[in-house]
Amino acid sequence: MDKHQAQLHVSKLGKTFNTRSGSFEALRDVELSVGKGEFVSIIGHSGCGKSTLLNLIAGLEDPTLGGVLLEGELVQGPGPERAVVFQNHSLLPWLSVYENVRLAVDKVFAGRKSSVERDEWTREMLSLVNMDHAANKRPSEISGGMKQRVGIARALSMEPKVLLLDEPFGALDALTRAQLQDSVMDIHARLGNTVAMITHDVDEAVLLSDRIVMMNNGPAAGIGMIHEVNLPRPRRRLELGENADYLAARAAVMRFLNENRIEKAA
Amino acid sequence: MKSAALTLVDPTGEDLVKEPHAGPRPVSADAASAGDGAEAAEREGRERMENLLRVVLLPAVTFALVLLGWTVMQKTLVPAFPDVPAVWNKAVEVFSDPFYVYGPNDMGIAWQVMYSLGRVLAGFGAAMAVGIPVGFLIGSSKTFERAWLPLINILRPVSPLAWLPIGLLIFRAVDPSAIFVIFITSIWPMILNTAAGVKAIPQDYLNVARVLNFNRREMVTRIYIPSTLPYMLTGMQLSLSTAWMVIVAAEMLTGGIGIGFYIWDEWNNLSVPSIIVAIVIIGGVGIALEAVMNAVRRRYDYTMQEG
Repeated sequence: MDKHQAQLHVSKLGKTFNTRSGSFEALRDVELSVGKGEFVSIIGHSGCGKSTLLNLIAGLEDPTLGGVLLEGELVQGPGPERAVVFQNHSLLPWLSVYENVRLAVDKVFAGRKSSVERDEWTREMLSLVNMDHAANKRPSEISGGMKQRVGIARALSMEPKVLLLDEPFGALDALTRAQLQDSVMDIHARLGNTVAMITHDVDEAVLLSDRIVMMNNGPAAGIGMIHEVNLPRPRRRLELGENADYLAARAAVMRFLNENRIEKAA
Repeated sequence: MKSAALTLVDPTGEDLVKEPHAGPRPVSADAASAGDGAEAAEREGRERMENLLRVVLLPAVTFALVLLGWTVMQKTLVPAFPDVPAVWNKAVEVFSDPFYVYGPNDMGIAWQVMYSLGRVLAGFGAAMAVGIPVGFLIGSSKTFERAWLPLINILRPVSPLAWLPIGLLIFRAVDPSAIFVIFITSIWPMILNTAAGVKAIPQDYLNVARVLNFNRREMVTRIYIPSTLPYMLTGMQLSLSTAWMVIVAAEMLTGGIGIGFYIWDEWNNLSVPSIIVAIVIIGGVGIALEAVMNAVRRRYDYTMQEG
């Protein structure tokens, strides 16, 4: 934290859902600060409320208690400065790859960029994720990994202050996932975005993150532990296999998840 | 006879809400991918011949069998029925001058079809103008759905022809009444399919729109309408084919120019060959309408553009 200027601050955040079968407290007292340019992963078991936390930061849901501050301002509702890459890409199937990104560019830069500039920016974003070759394809014509690349391009095209990734690689096969993780690391290195990523993959969390936020199990989930990953960048996944820091981080996360699993079962 | 003719037409199908099929279509293996050029060309030629046989020959055999059965029946059981040559001659006569106008109630077959099509399109258009917005309201508002769905469910199974007297009462003229019947025919599938389409909009698309801070107008034009369009087109296709069936029955009752009254008129003239020719024409127009709607869907329905 000390090396970053705090950009995103989650303060005393709580969320209770009112369902037909009564109220359910998903999150309680979540405190988290994310520095500018920092890459933070949020990891935890299924149903621990990590997606709820991301939705609260995104503004897609309103907190019951506490709040989210972005550069000192209270988050109220969703907005392009907190762009989300959704788990299942969420590309609009009636638009081409180009049009999906252009839709966001047109909305966010209306009045700020000319039509030519918006076109150039859209193409630049597509080439950033290596999807410029498929600009005119429909989402149904490209693979799952490619769709997620377009989803990332769309989110980045909004020039978000914070990029939110909701289990972005969860639905992909292992090889595609590794490629996309490398792409995300590369983009993060070049653009220096602040990133918060939900994941349930320990290796992914360790490989990509500056810090790993581990959430304990709900109901009334909160942050159980935070682990700093002090690995130098750029990180190469093949070299990390025997790195002591990597293995230590991995072990710490695994231990936490395992303990929480037992706690839940008891 | 009159009541029998009416009960023949039951335009309300059960499955008014038909989901547009999602997912890629199976892709047939490339015929030329295996074997060398000459062999592939030969195989391709053979496949083309087999296709020709399937597409042309089999239906031709069926038609021939029907004509044969017709002839046998006519010669043995129902001599009052016209034979094939009589109908053929009538068809030649009808098609030789389809555009004649001898008076306000005596026009060629092409005019009859066009008057019927005109009524169908007028009623269909009015149903679109009302049904699609109402479908959007029902699909997007639980309150509106609760308020309106019971009424729609009561009215939907009613044969649209039951509305003809109401139309005559309201409009005091036959032409608007027939259009009114088509309006009633067409509106239910439009409302229900549009509503189903709005309800089926994935939350993800709405979340994308919310992150982009779309306003209400952008939400409707960028997300709601394109996402619902396949459902709307399905509803329109169902409406149109049913409307074409109903107009024939409606015109039998209202009279005037139109293919339905043409049939009734020819029955009163005891000209059965004309009726058979009209039946074939109605079928042909029905196929044409279906083809037009399929072309529209191929153009605008993104679920049909995959693969």
